[in-house]
Amino acid sequence: MESLAPIVLSVIAAATPLLFAAMGELVVEKSGVLNLGVEGMMLGGAVVAFIVGVETGNGMLAAAAGAAMGMALAFLFAIMVLGLLANQVATGLALTLFGIGLSALLGRGYVGTPLPALPKLYVPGLTDIPVLGPIFFGQDGLVYLSIVLSGAVAWFLYRSRAGLILRSVGENPSAAHAIGYPVIRIRLLAVLFGGAMAGLGGAFLSLSYTPMWAEAMTAGRGWIALALVVFATWQPGKVLLGAYLFGGLTLAQLHLQSMGIIHIPSQFLNMTPYLATIVVLVVISRDAARIRLNAPASIGKVFHPDG
Amino acid sequence: MIALERRLEVSRFWLYATPVLAVGLTILSGAVMFAALGFDPLEALHAYFILPISDLYGLSELTVKATPLAMIAVGLALGFRGNVWNIGAEGQLILGAITGGGVALAFYGVEGPWLLPLMLLGGMVGGAFWAAIPAFLKVRFNANEILVSLMLTYVAGLLLVYLVTGPWKDPMGFGFPQSRLFHDSATLPTLFENSRMHIGFPIALFAVVVSWFVVSRTLIGFQIKVVGLTPPAAGYAGFSSSKVVWVTLLTTGALAGLAGVIEVSGPIGQLTPSISPGYGFTAIIVAFLGRLHPVGILLAALLMALSYIGGETAQIVMRLPLAVTGVFQGMLLFFLLASDVLAHYRIRFGSRRSEEG
Repeated sequence: MESLAPIVLSVIAAATPLLFAAMGELVVEKSGVLNLGVEGMMLGGAVVAFIVGVETGNGMLAAAAGAAMGMALAFLFAIMVLGLLANQVATGLALTLFGIGLSALLGRGYVGTPLPALPKLYVPGLTDIPVLGPIFFGQDGLVYLSIVLSGAVAWFLYRSRAGLILRSVGENPSAAHAIGYPVIRIRLLAVLFGGAMAGLGGAFLSLSYTPMWAEAMTAGRGWIALALVVFATWQPGKVLLGAYLFGGLTLAQLHLQSMGIIHIPSQFLNMTPYLATIVVLVVISRDAARIRLNAPASIGKVFHPDG
Repeated sequence: MIALERRLEVSRFWLYATPVLAVGLTILSGAVMFAALGFDPLEALHAYFILPISDLYGLSELTVKATPLAMIAVGLALGFRGNVWNIGAEGQLILGAITGGGVALAFYGVEGPWLLPLMLLGGMVGGAFWAAIPAFLKVRFNANEILVSLMLTYVAGLLLVYLVTGPWKDPMGFGFPQSRLFHDSATLPTLFENSRMHIGFPIALFAVVVSWFVVSRTLIGFQIKVVGLTPPAAGYAGFSSSKVVWVTLLTTGALAGLAGVIEVSGPIGQLTPSISPGYGFTAIIVAFLGRLHPVGILLAALLMALSYIGGETAQIVMRLPLAVTGVFQGMLLFFLLASDVLAHYRIRFGSRRSEEG
């Protein structure tokens, strides 16, 4: 029983960056916009959060800066696809390439810099409860934030009027526009939210999960987050589930490596998250009708009021 | 108030003017970025764009870097025309290097003029095989080719690291993670003395010409365009979208694999953990910058090659961070996509048109 807590804690930690990024992208896609720049925004968030963390030692400020950076990059994307009606797939790729370069440039003086340990949550009495204590009361604040925000996203999308409008914009922007909803403004807000969430995911990586900065340290997590949204057939509950499944998978692979029972070269074990993503995509996408039913109808299409 | 009005026909003037505009804006922003980093902008731009190509060696280096870019980009352009988004060319390049390089290592020390062609073929088969996976999963299971091909890039990278640190490691390499140096028969001949310009460049030029022919003069080229532009029309005409997926992905994969084996048998001369500075990704920018047109792609490949060499030169001469290259490339694609609006829309100043207009 005692050994269970560290395992659960590591699964949660491995899942948190994915959860942030995928929940953010879910909202973006629900509004009908496909932002393939998640990886770039995560990297931007990771590097800025790390720099602010090192310079100020304030974890909250660092995470907020990471979110702001993700948002700034998302704003760039929004100008392009919402303002200048650029192709969303190509612009998302450009955002990722730009984010990789920009983060490497910003972080060049911080490679190998140690980060002062940021305090974890500690509630006297409660955190000391065996097993459950550290899980529920002893983790990095961002872990709780990711879960709270996931609940908030689910509530917003399916229980609030604003969420209904956002989904209607994603399903049929022309109709929403005709009724008088500001399609572009709603999509802008969704894209900015997605950017902030990706930035937070990156911030969690560089502040807490592996407290350091290295170029391209997200290692494809932004893309896995995109796959998670498809895997979840655009439903928040399944995004949460998917993120934790991937967290568990990452951990299982790390454990197999450290135990050294099976003699598989580490590179092959490191392939598992990527191969698992492909397998999951294949299983989900096989049913084309289900994808069509759940995917926002206008996703990825340029909206221009003239039609 | 500024409003955008859709053009009835895409403006041909802006279609060709926007790449030039985007390059100009990128250089301008680059100057601002250099100034912000505390460098003299003019000196930095000179070190970046002029210095590297002011001698013959520099020009030959330009062709060395442009070779993989042009080769991959003509393949990608074929796919982009047909709405097939192969983002994993980097992985296909790596796999081509592995299979082609594997041929070289399997025949280590064996001399013969047949070895190089066999290696190039091996590289093409490897790259095509890696691209066949997303093609199959797309056609058979409807799986998104962007995500599948990208995930396979990470897998290919790990496979390469495994090989050069494990079974293919040079036994005399003092423990460095790299394969043996390829022997003479497995090394691409250079074209001139004292340069690294090798026969890969003519091969790339040949690929450009062939792709121009395919796009403009063959039925499959036409089918790709129709499937990409208006899928319903393609359906009525009986054009198979599955066929387009297969053809474009296999072609891109083979070309990327060829680029990979050319890299390892030419400029690098062995397998190492990092054989490409992201050519497979930069080729995406090249394809767009070249307007998906073979000739445009050739010019764009030379320009992006310059951004690589310029980055290296500026790092040596001015100690500018190498990461600037990535920022430059990303900015260029941004500006290009942004200025595309001029080709597709007319900008109206003044009051918004009336609602019924």
